[in-house]
Amino acid sequence: MIDYNSFRHFADSWGLLYMLVVFIGVILFMFRPGAKDHAKAAAQIALKDDRAPEGKE
Amino acid sequence: MKNLGWTIVLGLAALAAVLAAAFGQDQLYQTHAWILAGVTAIGAIIMLRQVGVAGEGPGDKTGYMDDPIRYGVILTTFWGVVGFLVGVVAALQLAFPELNIEPYLNFGRVRPLHTSAVIFAFGGTALITSSLYVVQRTCQTRVLSDNLTWFVFWGYQLFIVLAATGYLLGSTQGREYAEPEWYVDLWLTIVWVGYLVLFMGTLIKRKEPHIYVANWFYLAFIFTIALLHVVNNLSMPVSLLGSKSYSAFAGVQDALTQWWYGHNAVGFFLTAGFLGMMYYFMPKQANRPVYSYRLSIIHFWSLIFMYIWAGPHHLHYTALPDWAQTLGMVFSIMLWMPSWGGMINGLMTLSGAWDKIRTDPIIRMMVIAVAFYGMSTFEGPMMSIKAVNGLSHYTDWTIGHVHSGALGWVGMISFGMVYFLVPRLWNRKQLYSLRMVNWHFWLATLGIVVYAAVMWVSGITQGLMWREYDAEGFLVYSFAESVAALKPYYILRAIGGAMYLAGGLVMAYNVWMTIKGKTRDEKPIVVAHAASAQPAE
Amino acid sequence: MGLLDKHGAIERNATLLLVGGLVVVSIGGIVEIAPLFYLENTIEKVEGMRPYSPLELAGRNIYIREGCYNCHSQMIRPFRDEVERYGHYSLAAESMYDHPFQWGSKRTGPDLARVGDRYSNEWHVQHLKDPQSVVPESIMPSYGFLAKAELGYKNIGDHLIANQRVGVPYTDEMVANAYADMTAQADPEADWEGVETRYPKAVLGDFDGDPTKLTEMDALVAYMQMLGTLVDLSAYNAEENYR
Repeated sequence: MIDYNSFRHFADSWGLLYMLVVFIGVILFMFRPGAKDHAKAAAQIALKDDRAPEGKE
Repeated sequence: MKNLGWTIVLGLAALAAVLAAAFGQDQLYQTHAWILAGVTAIGAIIMLRQVGVAGEGPGDKTGYMDDPIRYGVILTTFWGVVGFLVGVVAALQLAFPELNIEPYLNFGRVRPLHTSAVIFAFGGTALITSSLYVVQRTCQTRVLSDNLTWFVFWGYQLFIVLAATGYLLGSTQGREYAEPEWYVDLWLTIVWVGYLVLFMGTLIKRKEPHIYVANWFYLAFIFTIALLHVVNNLSMPVSLLGSKSYSAFAGVQDALTQWWYGHNAVGFFLTAGFLGMMYYFMPKQANRPVYSYRLSIIHFWSLIFMYIWAGPHHLHYTALPDWAQTLGMVFSIMLWMPSWGGMINGLMTLSGAWDKIRTDPIIRMMVIAVAFYGMSTFEGPMMSIKAVNGLSHYTDWTIGHVHSGALGWVGMISFGMVYFLVPRLWNRKQLYSLRMVNWHFWLATLGIVVYAAVMWVSGITQGLMWREYDAEGFLVYSFAESVAALKPYYILRAIGGAMYLAGGLVMAYNVWMTIKGKTRDEKPIVVAHAASAQPAE
Repeated sequence: MGLLDKHGAIERNATLLLVGGLVVVSIGGIVEIAPLFYLENTIEKVEGMRPYSPLELAGRNIYIREGCYNCHSQMIRPFRDEVERYGHYSLAAESMYDHPFQWGSKRTGPDLARVGDRYSNEWHVQHLKDPQSVVPESIMPSYGFLAKAELGYKNIGDHLIANQRVGVPYTDEMVANAYADMTAQADPEADWEGVETRYPKAVLGDFDGDPTKLTEMDALVAYMQMLGTLVDLSAYNAEENYR
C-alpha cells in the first residue's frame, strides 16, 4: 500500500483544499446571474398540474 | 390471463418455501420458511382470483400508476400506529418490568421490533409510497414498469413481515437497525435493486427536462441505502439452510462499519429521503415554489458529502482509533450548516403566506416537522462534541435526541404527506375532518415535547449520577441506584409516547373516513381554508 | 469553469446524478473505514486473547438472540468513574474475534465488558431467573426459560467453520472436537484436559445448578463468566499502543 501517513497528509492539505474549492465552486455556480431564471423555472415543476399530460391508458 | 405470470412465480416461491421449511436446520429458519410459504400462497391465490382490495380511485385516468400509492398510504398509516404502539409497550416495560413476557415479548426482542417498525415499516413505506407519487408527477410520466412497481412494493412489505417476526422469534444479527439475518438481507437487496432500477428508469423516461430537486434527495436515499445495506450486512451463514450467520468483520472494524451504516441510516433514510418529501409536499400544500431552489441544490451536495463521515461520533472514547473519532466529530459539527440551510429553505417557502400556519393544520404539521428537523440537527452536532458526548453517550439523552428527530421530523412530515395525499388519491373534495388534523397536531406535538424533555432530564441525571464522587473520592451511587432514580421519568416518557400514539389513531380514523367518502359535520377552522385542502388545479 | 459547466448536465442527466452522488458519498466511507483494515496499529498487541470456546460461542449467540446489547454495553471508556466501576478500559484487541461486535450504545443496565469472574455462577443463574430477587431496583426482564431450554447446537462445528472463514483462528483440531468440548466444559464429570489446552482460562464445571442437562443457561453463564478475563492487563503498555 501507499504509505498511510503520506496519504493522510495529502488528504488533509491538498485534498481538503480541493474539496473546499469544489464546494465554493458549486455555490458560485448556483448563484451566478444566469442561473436565476433556470432555477425559478425548475422550482415550478412541483406546482405543475398533477395530471399526466396526455392522460393515456 | 392478466396475472398468470405472477400466479406462477408466487406459486413456485411458495413451493420453494415449503421445501426450505422441510429441510431447514433450525426452528427459526423453518418458521420463517412457513411464513414465507403462507404469504406467497395467499398472494398466488389473490392473483389467481384477481381480487383488488384497495378500492377504486381515479386510477388509470391520470396516466400515473397510483394503485400501489393508495396501498402505500394505508400501510404507512397502519405501520405508524403499530410502531408507536410497540414503542409505548417498550416504554412501559422499562417502567414496569413485570410487563415483559418471556421469551417472545422481552424488552430485548421488543425494542428492535419497535425501531424497525417505525424506521423501516412506517418510514420506509412512507418513503417508497411518496417517492413513487413524486417522481411520476415531477417527471410527468408513468413509472418505468407496473410489474416492477408491484414487486418492489409488496417485496418490501414481505421484508417487513420477515424482519418483524424474526425479532420476536429471536432471529437477529445483533447489529442495531440492521438486525435481520442474512436471508432477509438478501431479499431486501433484491427488492432494493429493483427500487433503484424503477426510480432511475422513471427519471430517465421523464418528459420534464430538469430533474426536480425532491428526486435528487430520493435518489441519494435509494443508492446510499443500497451501499450501506450491502456493506454492513456482509456475513458468513453457518449453513444455507440455517438462520444464523457471523458478520464478515470483527471488533473495531465491525463497530465502525456498523455505525457508518447506523448514522447514515439516519442521514439518508430518515433525513435525505424525508427531505425529498419536504421539497415536494411543502411547496405543494403552500401552493408556492420552494424559497430558494439554488439553496436546495447546495443543501443536497453538502448534506450527502458531509453526512457520510459522521458515523464515528457514535464511538467516542471507545477502542476506535482517535483520528477516526476526531474526523467524525468535525464533520458532525460541519453538518449543522447544510442542515440549517435546508431548514431555513423549507420554512421560508411560506414567506408571504405565514397566515397559513394559522389557517391550515396540514401546513402547520409540515412547519413543525421542519422546526423539529432544525432542533435535532442542532442537538446532534452538539452531542457529537467529545466533551458533551462523554456525558450523553450510553444515556437516555441519546434516546430523547433520536425521538425528537424521529417523532418530530420524520413522523410529522409523513403525517403531512398522508393528509395531503388521501383526498387526492381517492378523489375526495376534502379530508373527513380538518379539526381532527388539528387534534392530531397538538397530541403529537405535546407528546414529543413531554418525551424529549423527560429524556433530556433523565439522561443528564443518569450521566451525572454515574460520575458523582464524594469528598473521600468514592463513587456515590451504585448502578442500581441510578436505575431506581429514573423510574418517574420512564413513566412520564410512556405518557408522552401514548399521546403521540393517540394522535396516530386519530389520523388513522380520519384517513379511514376520508377513504369512505365521509365528511365530518364541523365548524370550519377558518373559512378561507377549506380551499387549500382541495387538489390544486 | 470546466467542471462547473457540467453541473447543468447533472441537473438534466439522471445517470450523471447517480454517479456523481455515489462518488460523493463513497469518499467519506473509504477514507474513514478502509485504513482500519490495513493499519497495523488499529489493534493493540496483547497477551492472552483466544477464540471463544464452543460453549462460550453458543452462549454469546444466546446473548445476541435475546438482544442483551439493547441495554448492556461491552465497552468501558477511559474515564475515572468507568474504570473504577467496571475495570480497565476496553481494548480493541479484546473484541478482535467478535463477529459481530457487541459494544452496545446504551446502558439501561451496567456495562458487561469485564463482568466475568465478578459474581458466582449461582448469582448469575438466580439473577437471570428473577433479577429483582437479587437487585430489587432492576428493571431487567426474567430469563428463566433459558434454564429449561436444552442447548441445541449439534452443529457447533459448523459454527466454528463459519468463524474460521471470517478470520477467527480456530484450528482444525478445535473444529473436530467442537461438540465434545462444548459438552465437556459444562460437565463436572468430564475430562477437561482437551478444553483446557485448547481454550486456556475457560471456566469449567456446571453453571446452571443442574449437571445432568446442558441448557442455554449453562452456555450464557459460561460466556458471561469469561467476559474481560482473557487479556493480561498488567502486561499492557498504553504509551506504546497509542493510536
